[in-house]
Amino acid sequence: MAQNEAITPQILPPNPEKATLEGRNKYLAFWFFLGGETVLFGSLFGTYLGLRSSTEGGPGPADLFHLDLVFIMTMILLTSSLTSVFAVINMKRGNFKMLLVWMWATVILGLGFLGFEIYEFYEYAHQGLGYGVSAFASSFYTLVGTHGAHVTFGVLWITTLLIRYRKSGITLTNAPKFYTAVLYWHFIDVVWVFIFTVVYLLGVGG
Amino acid sequence: MAHVDPSAPLEGKASKETERKLKRESRTQIVSFVFMVFITTTAFLTVASDVIPSGFAIPFILLLASVQVIMQLYYFMHMNAKGTGWVNALIWGGLFVAAMTVAALMLLIGITKY
Repeated sequence: MAQNEAITPQILPPNPEKATLEGRNKYLAFWFFLGGETVLFGSLFGTYLGLRSSTEGGPGPADLFHLDLVFIMTMILLTSSLTSVFAVINMKRGNFKMLLVWMWATVILGLGFLGFEIYEFYEYAHQGLGYGVSAFASSFYTLVGTHGAHVTFGVLWITTLLIRYRKSGITLTNAPKFYTAVLYWHFIDVVWVFIFTVVYLLGVGG
Repeated sequence: MAHVDPSAPLEGKASKETERKLKRESRTQIVSFVFMVFITTTAFLTVASDVIPSGFAIPFILLLASVQVIMQLYYFMHMNAKGTGWVNALIWGGLFVAAMTVAALMLLIGITKY
């Protein structure tokens, strides 16, 4: 019976996330998913770029966007990408405690980013940019909001892993899970690079 | 390795060679992070300053964004590592379709609307 078997400890392999077939499958399938996500965001970017000048008398990009706020949000997300890189490095090193610490740091930075985004949307709504005010408004909220939903999902995902595996140590089961969550987090940052450039910088300067 | 219990905690330390590799990697990652902070700041300053004409600023910040995305993909997400042929195919395939989608939507919406 399985429950009577003694747990035999495994030796830490150099890449624990890819040491099992399941881990390798998750890795490849997750990249397949990210390829699809690229197309999802591509269509939202295309819609926004096609509609961004139709403000219908409502507030436009140059009236609303504040570069200092966007700069802070960009730096928070970029730093959270680096903390999740450190988490993976510590996982490969076999240092479970530091893996958890860096992952929690990533979660906290993600929450900080979300806080700024909620404040930003709240401010815009106050300045008269409701979702249905103009084609610019709805395409803007859909694009940036979909990204924000991804950040929310990423925060919940990583938090779930951190609570579920708070005491387990690194195993061949959870190493691929942490690794794919980190890939997802990097992808969120990749999308944000396009958002701050195409939406905010072009909105103010173009 | 006939029967591996995947829920057993992994014990032992990383080998000397792995440790060395990881040390080198974290140095590379910090350098690329600093570089990304630098190009992000450059992009923001390009737009914030009134001196730079927008005819130069727009292609310039788009170029900076592409550089940063490629650095994210190849350094932070390790698309430069060995055995990532399929990963590269999937992401570049996605980017290819996304680029056509963006171009088509921009052109089509513009034509039907105005």
